[in-house]
Amino acid sequence: MDHELRKRGTSGLEVACDPFGLMARPSAIMECHMNVQPQLVLEHVSMVFRSEDLNFTALAPIDFEVPAGKFVSLIGPSGCGKSTIFNITAGLQPPTTGRVMIDGEDATGTIGQVGYMLQKDLLLPWRTVLDNVALGMEIRGVPMAEARERALPLLQRYGLGGFEKRYPSALSGGMRQRAALLRTLLIDVDVILLDEPFGALDAQTKSQMQEWLLQLFRDFGRTVIFVTHDVEEAIFLSDDIYVMASRPGRIIDKMSIDLPRPRERSVVSSPRFVAMKQYCLDLLRTAAGQPPQAAAA
Amino acid sequence: MMTSTKAALSHFVRFAPRSGSAPASAPSAAYAAYLRSLKRRALSIQLWQIGLVAALLVVWEVAPRAGWINPMLTSYPSAIARTFTRMLQDGSLTTHTLVTLSETVVGFVGGMLLGTFCAVVLWWSSYVYRVLDPFIVVLNAIPKIALVPIFYIWLGDIASIYAMAIAISVFVTILMLYTGFQAVDEDKIKLVRLFGASRLKVLTKVVLPGSVPTMIAALKVNVGLALVGVVVGEFQAAKAGLGYLITYGSQIFQMNLVMTAIVVLAVISSLLFIGIQALESTVLRRHGGVGGGN
Ligand SMILES: Nc1ncnc2c1ncn2[C@@H]1O[C@H](COP(=O)(O)OP(=O)(O)O)[C@@H](O)[C@H]1O
Ligand SMILES: [Mg+2]
Repeated sequence: MDHELRKRGTSGLEVACDPFGLMARPSAIMECHMNVQPQLVLEHVSMVFRSEDLNFTALAPIDFEVPAGKFVSLIGPSGCGKSTIFNITAGLQPPTTGRVMIDGEDATGTIGQVGYMLQKDLLLPWRTVLDNVALGMEIRGVPMAEARERALPLLQRYGLGGFEKRYPSALSGGMRQRAALLRTLLIDVDVILLDEPFGALDAQTKSQMQEWLLQLFRDFGRTVIFVTHDVEEAIFLSDDIYVMASRPGRIIDKMSIDLPRPRERSVVSSPRFVAMKQYCLDLLRTAAGQPPQAAAA
Repeated sequence: MMTSTKAALSHFVRFAPRSGSAPASAPSAAYAAYLRSLKRRALSIQLWQIGLVAALLVVWEVAPRAGWINPMLTSYPSAIARTFTRMLQDGSLTTHTLVTLSETVVGFVGGMLLGTFCAVVLWWSSYVYRVLDPFIVVLNAIPKIALVPIFYIWLGDIASIYAMAIAISVFVTILMLYTGFQAVDEDKIKLVRLFGASRLKVLTKVVLPGSVPTMIAALKVNVGLALVGVVVGEFQAAKAGLGYLITYGSQIFQMNLVMTAIVVLAVISSLLFIGIQALESTVLRRHGGVGGGN
């Protein structure tokens, strides 16, 4: 199996939908039969930043689709255009070519259709934790009292109980991320974009947060797109992983992760997990012009 | 005073559980000695301060009485104290003080409100900002005191004093707040825009609350400036107020009166400053709180 993975891994540009030749899950089969349209589609989206004397292609045209209720990760080296994809999807930046479809409708350049948690937690220091979590609802027109009422039980349920009336400066790094994520989840949208939410956390907090996120994903049933540098994190959390390369930013492979849910932490040492991780690491190495590690070993 | 006591208390409270909950880990002898030396140092600084004031008062009292300097020019503390109590008893001091105080408060509050409004307009429209920027810079550079006679001619004796107090503080406020608005974290603006916030919501949910520390800094500057504006305005125009007492006293060569007014002015400005510092420490505890920035 290792050998086969490596062979695929070196042919960087082909997009293999099921690199392990694994059976599709029952839910996937059902989707096929029912012909459900994907919730989010990027069609031929590209981004060229123009300055006076040079054009920089941050994103070669990419195609990318996410079925409703799935957890999809984008992984790739720094500067390969992950945040650019998010900015375009969220409507902050018009793409140079292509369009963004949400639920079958053109949403290119429209703000407020998706929830987007930026790389920093951006809690407002002058608001209490509760009011920070309620901010999104408040701006979208929910009366403040009602927004608080909706947020309060969730703070208690998702590990921020007792901190409602405190200010963000009283929170640890992990709790700040929880508050920021709840703020994003509490607005009424189906698609959530998370840009390296756990990038700055220490290893232990990070793994706690991953399990916490899986619980939220189960409870809220949203469609999540997740950006990370961390291969293990991507595999542990996702249904699908899009692997990206840079110069120009592009998608080089799609991996389907069929590990059963709910996932226990112990899954990371299972042979399947290890093999997928090695495969993904090799892909990234090859794309970066380094020899795959497995070959060297 | 009040704020520093509070700070000292909160310091104590933060450390209290450590020593209270675990008597076993009582502070080491060396640490206790270190704390004592800190306390001694603070005490000696206060003693010096009190000593300096006392020395000044003694010299000021003795020198004119002994005839070393002309008491007509400097007056002396006991004479000032007599004038002070007499004016306090006949109520005139309270009247003059209240006049100056209310002019000052109206001046800096007015300057803040007008300045904030103008800064918001400039923030809202970068076009307007581009057009007006050079004018604001020039107006800010004019020494506003030079306008006192003009204001008197245009506005009369009462309005000209308020106008002076506002004029002297408004341009600094505009420039400070506009710079503060510009410095608000772009990502926080992006955050609320992502929730669909209009420009008004961006202003009220992020830019204004995020600029509260800048507003307090501006307020601090303005209290001093407004007081200067009011006193100078009173020199020119007024029939009441501490500035009027000072000009009146110097015209009739009553240094007791002049010095009394100056002492009261010093007290007023210190009290206003302490008040704003108390406000600052309550508000900034949230804003600048440890790790609160981001
Ligand atoms: N506004 C911009 N103008 C010019 N270049 C940009 C701009 N935004 C991003 N880039 C460039 O596009 C590339 C992709 O950026 P980004 O999407 O932030 O990468 P990632 O999130 O994957 O690290 C980077 O090389 C970055 O320098
Ligand atoms: Mg990024």
